[in-house]
Amino acid sequence: MSFLLTQAVPGDPVTANLGQRASEDPDAVAAFRAANGLDKSLPEQYLTYVGNLLTGDFGTSQQTRNPVASDLAEKVPATMELALAAILVAVVLGVGFGIVAALYRDRWPDQVLRVLSLSGVSVPTFWLALIAYYWISFKLDLLPAGGRLSPGAPTPPQVTGFYTVDSLLAGDWATFGDAVSRLVLPALVLASFTVGVLLRFTRAAVLEVLGDEYVRAARAKGLPELTVVRRHVLRPALLSVVTVTGVAFAGLLSGTVLVEQIFGWRGLGAYAYTSALALDLPAIMGVSVVVAVIYILINLVVDLLYGVIDPRLRLS
Amino acid sequence: MTGPDPLLVPAAPLAGDVDVPGAAAAAGEERAARTLTRSPWRRPLAVIGLVVIAAWVLIAVFAPALAPYDPLAQVAPKLLEPSAEHLFGTDNLGRDVLSRVLYGSRLSVPLALLLVVLATVVGTVLGAVAGYFGRWVDGGIMRLTDLVFAFPGIILAMAVTAALGAGLRNAVLALVIVTWPSYARVVRGLVLSTRESDHIQASRLLGASALRTLAVDVRPTVLGPVLVLSALDVGNAVLLLSGLSFLGLGARPPAPEWGAMVSAGAAVFDSWWVGLFPGLAILTVVLAFNFLGDTLRDALDPRTARALRG
Amino acid sequence: MTAPLLEVSGLRVRLPSRTGAMLPAVDGVDLTVHAGEVLGVAGESGSGKTMTALATLGLLPHGARTDGSIRLAGRELLTLSDKQLRSVRGREVAMVAQDPRTALHPMLSIERQLTEHLRHHHGVGRKAARDEAADLLDQVRIPDPRAALARYPHEFSGGMRQRIAIASALAARPSLLIADEPTTALDVTVQAGILRLLDRLRRERGLAVLIITHDLGVLSSIADRLVVMYAGRVVESGTTADVLASARHPYTHGLLDALPEGGSAAMRPIPGSPPALGAVPSGCPFHPRCASARDTCAADVPALLQIAPGRLSACPVDPYAPVREVVS
Repeated sequence: MSFLLTQAVPGDPVTANLGQRASEDPDAVAAFRAANGLDKSLPEQYLTYVGNLLTGDFGTSQQTRNPVASDLAEKVPATMELALAAILVAVVLGVGFGIVAALYRDRWPDQVLRVLSLSGVSVPTFWLALIAYYWISFKLDLLPAGGRLSPGAPTPPQVTGFYTVDSLLAGDWATFGDAVSRLVLPALVLASFTVGVLLRFTRAAVLEVLGDEYVRAARAKGLPELTVVRRHVLRPALLSVVTVTGVAFAGLLSGTVLVEQIFGWRGLGAYAYTSALALDLPAIMGVSVVVAVIYILINLVVDLLYGVIDPRLRLS
Repeated sequence: MTGPDPLLVPAAPLAGDVDVPGAAAAAGEERAARTLTRSPWRRPLAVIGLVVIAAWVLIAVFAPALAPYDPLAQVAPKLLEPSAEHLFGTDNLGRDVLSRVLYGSRLSVPLALLLVVLATVVGTVLGAVAGYFGRWVDGGIMRLTDLVFAFPGIILAMAVTAALGAGLRNAVLALVIVTWPSYARVVRGLVLSTRESDHIQASRLLGASALRTLAVDVRPTVLGPVLVLSALDVGNAVLLLSGLSFLGLGARPPAPEWGAMVSAGAAVFDSWWVGLFPGLAILTVVLAFNFLGDTLRDALDPRTARALRG
Repeated sequence: MTAPLLEVSGLRVRLPSRTGAMLPAVDGVDLTVHAGEVLGVAGESGSGKTMTALATLGLLPHGARTDGSIRLAGRELLTLSDKQLRSVRGREVAMVAQDPRTALHPMLSIERQLTEHLRHHHGVGRKAARDEAADLLDQVRIPDPRAALARYPHEFSGGMRQRIAIASALAARPSLLIADEPTTALDVTVQAGILRLLDRLRRERGLAVLIITHDLGVLSSIADRLVVMYAGRVVESGTTADVLASARHPYTHGLLDALPEGGSAAMRPIPGSPPALGAVPSGCPFHPRCASARDTCAADVPALLQIAPGRLSACPVDPYAPVREVVS
């Protein structure tokens, strides 16, 4: 599917990659087409592509001149580290605040959190990134930012590709601290939108469960409110929050395109951006495939969490 | 991963309507109208949103009179800090940032509205056709929405814009391509649910044409939810458009577009005022639309709310 | 007669509408329940019976206001703090809710739902609580109680779940059980089983039971006394035998006629529907639906008058003549 769509794109990759002047030279065009297999028929190209995919070959990026697979292997962990940190922040803040908002419904904490939630989904991420970078990192020097490690710092030995995890595995505390402190700001910025989404959604989910009869039954048993919320309300509410978190994580990946720009995070978002600008089809395809795989993994995790939360969905 | 925007999922209805069905039903019926007309002052967020939007509309209309300088002309030395002459300072080309921010409202707000209108029209028409005719028409259109949903929105929009050539017009087109499917899905669902109802069946039996049935009998049920959906989407449209411009895929220089201005601010990082003010402009506009949308969503009658839930 | 266990007097409950106006849902209700007694409260939905029960537990919906007095074993409940009220709930008053499909938490094991408040209120250890829970399940006739403890509600049938819900309500040894439509969602045969169970528990434990239902047939077999409510007010009360044999209020007649085996004109529902909250007609609230209404019925709210020892009725239309004749 993705393949057809990229073929349907009306722009000519030849022009985008060789520049206007070169594309008027028929020899150069033919050479470029041959090198990239563009001279073959569409079905042929498709079969070749799928065949190569199965062997882990995404083709060669016209931009970086590297195999797309090796580009991706380098970029994906960077973005996943950022995105996972952001979703963690978003879940902790969004779900936590959402519960508070629901329990204080219509009172002042709820009103304040409502404005916070709306601000989260209203703030332009790229601008927030710039402002945070400038004031927090540059002016006030509270947190370092820009890149995944201090300039010139050696990268930890690659195991997972997550610098935080890899440095821990290597027992390198200095690098770990460096990696974590540089992760905080971009993760917070990236999480801002998702915090707003999850806050509003959790509030609604908790309120819905609070109206359920089994919650009244729990209250009728005279259990302390905290126990009622923790044991009886949270679990069913989380069931729907988990779904939204999955969707939100996908949205968060889109956000990396903007945030990675500002923070000089050399990940998938930045790669997708440069590839899209250059109409670097193999690279765009590679990114799309990776994102599709990530979506599938998210769905898998969501389904697994369902089973953990709800005994009715467990396989017997 | 293709559900509706979680933001559109309405808050839970008031709990505890046990044993008072009359009250719940009666309240549900007129609730929307009442909340919107009778008690605007009890909804401060909506009032703030309206005031801010009205202010930006006025600014857009009277920008030439309000702006102290020509937004495109170099009127002062580069990168002056905010001062009495240049309240928001000057940018990397010596242009007055305040004037550019004011003029920017003439691009961002109307284009965002245009984007929403186009996406609504395209999505509604395709969704209605899919839901009404079913079978292969439905299959085809729904596969198309699947296709769009399979890509992360901004990456698809970037690729399309890059292919069509950067520019505001193409950015709007690209975003229409990315956003119409959510409307199509909602409308398709609504049409499917009304198609089977008795009066629709009756009018079809009486020989009404498909177009007439859609326009006369189906439209009322679809219109409300779709309008609410688009109203909720305006803020997001502003964000998406300015995002593309920030990436250099929307407005072309020297157009005073807010996203592009933030991007310029990122290039002259040290001169914070260049990026701060246009970003604040985006924030206030989007926040205002979302304040309004939030109130609208709370005022929804339960049926519309369910429809939007997807 | 000893002092009643539960004594509700002049209870008024008002609920907020969406516009913020306060609408009366319960409007001056008096009732009493003695230990070991079963009191039936009857009325269509919207009559305020559920709100009366929820007020007793202090579990009214968000924003509700209460006036009057609810005394349990001599102690005023309406002025208790949340914390004090919580120790009353579960330990002294327990509730069995309407629908067994929704009343048990779908994601918690039976053991947890049966033992959590037992452990909370009485500080019972895990092991002892489990034994007691198994014993309770046995009392409500759940086969293989030990194994049932480890299972989840969806693995049981509706009637079983209602038995479990009753067991759960009884776990912390309350003296008053409030059952809100406990059998409505169940088959007739299962219904009878649940009613027998409640009757047995009342006899064996001296439990006071308040049963709320729209179905006078359910009450006829188990309740000692009946209270009939309409539009937030009591319209008739008395011993079950008296009320069923010689109902005085046209509304009570209406409920009786609506029963499947209710006298000559079987299953004749009352025309119209009960008034919506905040739209209660003037005068006798029932007059728009009443076959024997007179002009005066729309003018004044009829008082609840004693018509015989222990018998009250709020219909002034010749209260001493058998109302049946007026109806037919």
